[in-house]
Amino acid sequence: MAKTFSRPKCLSEQETHYCPGCTHGIIHRLVAEAIDDLQISGRTVGIAPVGCAVLCYNYFTFDFQEAAHGRAPAMATGIKRVRPDLIVFTYQGDGDLASIGMGEIVHAANRGEKFTTVFVNNTVYGMTGGQMAPTTMPNQKTTTSPFGRNVEEVGMPIRVAELLASLATPAYISRQAAISPKYIVRAKKAIRQAFQYQVEKRCFSFVEVISTCPTNWGMTPADALKWAEKTMIPYYPLGDLKTPESVKEE
Amino acid sequence: MSKVLMKGNEAIGEAAIRAGCLNYFAYPITPQSEVAEYLSRRMPEVGGVFLQGESEVAVSYMIFGAAACGERVFTTSSSPGISLMSEGVSYIVGAQCPAVFVNIMRGGPGLGGILPSQADYLQATKGIGHGDCRLLVMVPASVQEAVEMVMMAFPLAEKYRNPVMILGDGLIGQMMEPVTFPDHLKTPPSNKNDWATNGMDTRKSKTRNLVKSLYLDPEALNAHNLRLKAKYDRMREEEIRYETYNTDTDYQILIVSYGTMSRVCQSAIDTLKAKKIEVALVRPQNVFPFPEQAVLEAASKSSCRHVLSVEMSMGQMIEDIQRSVQGKRPVHWYGKCGGDVPTPEEVMEAVEKLIPA
Repeated sequence: MAKTFSRPKCLSEQETHYCPGCTHGIIHRLVAEAIDDLQISGRTVGIAPVGCAVLCYNYFTFDFQEAAHGRAPAMATGIKRVRPDLIVFTYQGDGDLASIGMGEIVHAANRGEKFTTVFVNNTVYGMTGGQMAPTTMPNQKTTTSPFGRNVEEVGMPIRVAELLASLATPAYISRQAAISPKYIVRAKKAIRQAFQYQVEKRCFSFVEVISTCPTNWGMTPADALKWAEKTMIPYYPLGDLKTPESVKEE
Repeated sequence: MSKVLMKGNEAIGEAAIRAGCLNYFAYPITPQSEVAEYLSRRMPEVGGVFLQGESEVAVSYMIFGAAACGERVFTTSSSPGISLMSEGVSYIVGAQCPAVFVNIMRGGPGLGGILPSQADYLQATKGIGHGDCRLLVMVPASVQEAVEMVMMAFPLAEKYRNPVMILGDGLIGQMMEPVTFPDHLKTPPSNKNDWATNGMDTRKSKTRNLVKSLYLDPEALNAHNLRLKAKYDRMREEEIRYETYNTDTDYQILIVSYGTMSRVCQSAIDTLKAKKIEVALVRPQNVFPFPEQAVLEAASKSSCRHVLSVEMSMGQMIEDIQRSVQGKRPVHWYGKCGGDVPTPEEVMEAVEKLIPA
């Protein structure tokens, strides 16, 4: 009988350290499938963030660098400028990218750096134990917003994909989700498209992936998926926000 | 090659290119913005990379990313900018990547001023970033020496897989002097295939490379830091560089000074000689590692009564001098820390105060 489903070649056999119900494993797989599909693992360099995915290099089999908190887009810029033939991606969470690393991602996107960013938005700092992030939902309780996010004091959650899509420089900016099979199929397509644009040396490409953190949300994995669908998706709408083609049409 | 008259900052940029470094990332800051201005024109001519980053923090990670894939890369900045870059420097040290950082020092703390200074000595030599972090630190005293040190810095950074810093006072960047770019200092880049993340296809490898500084296991981190220590110890064995001046006399005073300040001290020493006052100079060319033995030997000469640290700071190198002299002679400080360079006359006055009437 033919084997129709197997581990992507560039995903290692190492068991992940992620919590039960975490969607990082799914998103890792989508990245690995895109890289396998495009046959680029021999010229790919990944950049690990600081956050839950800090050890993500253990789960891939190609070259990897480890960044400081939020700085992955600057490192990716350094690599792409001196080695434009390499395929480079950053894999970042919302504390890393949307808080401490906001400057780096905005400027890299605005320069049109030809790398890919996979941005995992689960509304909290996971690795440090569930503190409030720039993406935390209004009234959402975290260890540093124990009474719920007070938007009067700390503002509304940042929609990073919209923010980046507002830049005039051509780019591929998409928001997807990893919280149910129908969304995952679309997320896979978007991540592959993001790498495809990079292979074609077209533009900066960015895929935000709505994700869950059952551990720090204090929910079962199943409830976390429901909460993400009900609370996050309306505020963080899914789909392609910008493509290099759409900019040309304007 | 024939001599050309160049401003220090532009000569530093050209020296990197002549050394075979075609990648430069930077953020503007006085008094070294001419390096970026020069290289923004020059890099395209030689097919190199010039990029103005959005901040010094970002630049330090552009350097890290480029260095980690095995390419020669450098940046230049000045004191407040170097403080921002020090975060990235620590990661580059931890990840054992070669890179060159040039600091054309201005006054501090804070914004301080924009005039020449040597007030980043302790920052540069005592572990610029967090953690057990050291840099090889070279301190040029002329534009020519700055050129040579920049050219030497790339192979040294590769030899140790550690950043090298060129620590120049503002005058080194701002003054014009005749320079040559010695061909013999151009070196081919070392082979980095055993560690660099340059893509498995590039090195025809089936095993991937990983550049990182995280070691969660305490034993692994201890072993990692001891490997770093072994490199710093090797620098102490192999990279001591200094010059001496007038040490073959029966001098009463030993001056230790570096950079532009040491040239002022030489003028003072010449004038004092005419007044029958012998003063010697030890001029460190590298300040990490510090020429402890040379300073100790020069201070220990039986005629020598006092040691004087002359610095454009409130007295920073004096701590290394005191450590070297081991209490055998009193160590004094003279200097200015506002941006004015002490004159030879002022140095002479400081020396004469130490001599009994």
